Amino acid sequence: MKPSLFKRFAVAFAVLAAGSILSAAAGEAAGEAAPGVVQHASAVGMDYIPTIFVFMLSTFVGLDVIRRVSRLLHTPLMSLTNAISAIAVVGSILIAGQQHAEYKFNILGMVAIVASISNIVSGFLITDRMLKMFKKRGGSKP
Amino acid sequence: MNIWIQIAYLISTALFIFSLKWMNDPKTARRGVAAGVAAMLVAVIGTLINPAIVASNYKWIALAIIIGSAIGVPLSWVPLTAVPQRTALSHAFGGLAAGLVGVAEFYLSFSESGQELSHFRAAALCAEVLLGFLTFTGSLMAAGKLQEIIPTRPITYKGQKIVNLGLFAVAIICCIVLSTDVNYKFIFPFIIALALLFGVLLIIPIGGADMPTVISILNSYAGLSAVAMGFVMDNKLLITAGALDGSSGLILSIIMCKAMNRSFGNVLFGAFGKVQAAAADAAKKTVKSATPADAAQIMEQANTVVIVPGYGMAVAQAQHRVRELYDQLTKRGITVKFAIHPVAGRMPGHMNVLLAEADIPYTDLVEMDDINPEMPQVDVVLVVGANDVVNPAARTNKSSPIYGMPIINADKAKTVLAIKRSMNPGFAGIENELYYADKTLMVFGDAKAVVGDLVKYLSGENS
Repeated sequence: MKPSLFKRFAVAFAVLAAGSILSAAAGEAAGEAAPGVVQHASAVGMDYIPTIFVFMLSTFVGLDVIRRVSRLLHTPLMSLTNAISAIAVVGSILIAGQQHAEYKFNILGMVAIVASISNIVSGFLITDRMLKMFKKRGGSKP
Repeated sequence: MNIWIQIAYLISTALFIFSLKWMNDPKTARRGVAAGVAAMLVAVIGTLINPAIVASNYKWIALAIIIGSAIGVPLSWVPLTAVPQRTALSHAFGGLAAGLVGVAEFYLSFSESGQELSHFRAAALCAEVLLGFLTFTGSLMAAGKLQEIIPTRPITYKGQKIVNLGLFAVAIICCIVLSTDVNYKFIFPFIIALALLFGVLLIIPIGGADMPTVISILNSYAGLSAVAMGFVMDNKLLITAGALDGSSGLILSIIMCKAMNRSFGNVLFGAFGKVQAAAADAAKKTVKSATPADAAQIMEQANTVVIVPGYGMAVAQAQHRVRELYDQLTKRGITVKFAIHPVAGRMPGHMNVLLAEADIPYTDLVEMDDINPEMPQVDVVLVVGANDVVNPAARTNKSSPIYGMPIINADKAKTVLAIKRSMNPGFAGIENELYYADKTLMVFGDAKAVVGDLVKYLSGENS
């Protein structure tokens, strides 16, 4: 990727993040004014803004780290990030583990755990299996 | 908030970043996987110690983890030619998990205190469900096409773009309405249905050669749905890990698009492969063909041989035969290199993995940009199952659909040997002028059989 393209993405992303903060803030203000909308105390206000910062910074770190990944390893990279995207297991465990009024929520959570754990297990195993095959001349292992 | 949970999430995030950082070199890449596994373990343990989880539910979580592992372990045993399908299937699972969690969160927000949706959380939840279910059906379709359960030919109809964009617009409007006022909860099932439908419709017009880009985009979506889940749950680990995955998918899709000289929109809505009729007039030209014995003789007299592998090599499972050929040639002191086009195969880096599986040292796998300047000095180029990535029309013929796509300059080499089943045009349906050039000899037959014959000839003469 050329640096110019990267820069364009960075700018677009910053604008997008700023825009989402602004629009969310505007919506939040309107929501406060509107009667009849149920809102939790912590949900009012701007406590989501740190999460947007986290998202923006981690995307920059991600773009920069991934840009350096060897092209040789793009297939293992994809199965590795595939396993990493199964971090959704965190949300799944929280849904499945909490006490809910109805069992169906726990079941939804459990199905989600099954789906994400199978991703984690197969993703890491196959990535390692592929990486084992990349050898230098003379059969020495990396 | 339990401090230990946050510390676990912090460690996990750092480990994920290291994991990806170590992927920059094959030497440290396995350490990267270890870091990823450690990160995931820390994340799961950090979640399990959350006091919100009821003790009696641990056994159900354990059961789900066991079932998930029981599905995951066999999924990692697939042959390496099937890795694209497996990856697509995994993306589908990831999307499904995000979508289901989103559904649970949405309905819980009405029944449980402390879960009420602010506008921001409602918008994030819509994004999570939309991306999750879209990735689910889209990836299932992609996996079906790659496994050839579903016809791989792009399916197009009149007004396809309008239907797709219209559906997408409707979904966005539903999301906006729902995030303005969550009490319109009857809209929610429509968003799910639209996302599921949109995933299918998005993949229908996409053909095999565009799969590397599409898989990368779906990879990105799976990560972004995890990010959205993080916004809904106010969980920073979900956001960081999801963002790493999202940016990885983004970069891979940019690389793939650039390697085909096409834009995102063109890949998603362009329906490549509709142009068969346009290029039929070139069929009268003559080709020179050679037997495997002739081809072997030509290679024997070369100093440098460059092998250009393509999807055909994967289909024929010819990578181990190619390795034998590599051995025979290097034994005679001939320099052998492999020229890898970024979109060769059905997912990014597909050829590298197949050749690595066949024990070919990765130092001999050369990227397109590095091999092209050397091409005029190369004695023999052997094209194994590649087609469009060596088509000089991309450089010379302005009317060609692939004009402008970077290619491996096989035509600049002194001699070209191309292994091909028949003279049928490749996936994109474009005639390849390379096959009619004076310096080109066609060797007709199955890639595995032909390379096997080459090896037999070379080794037979040796004894």
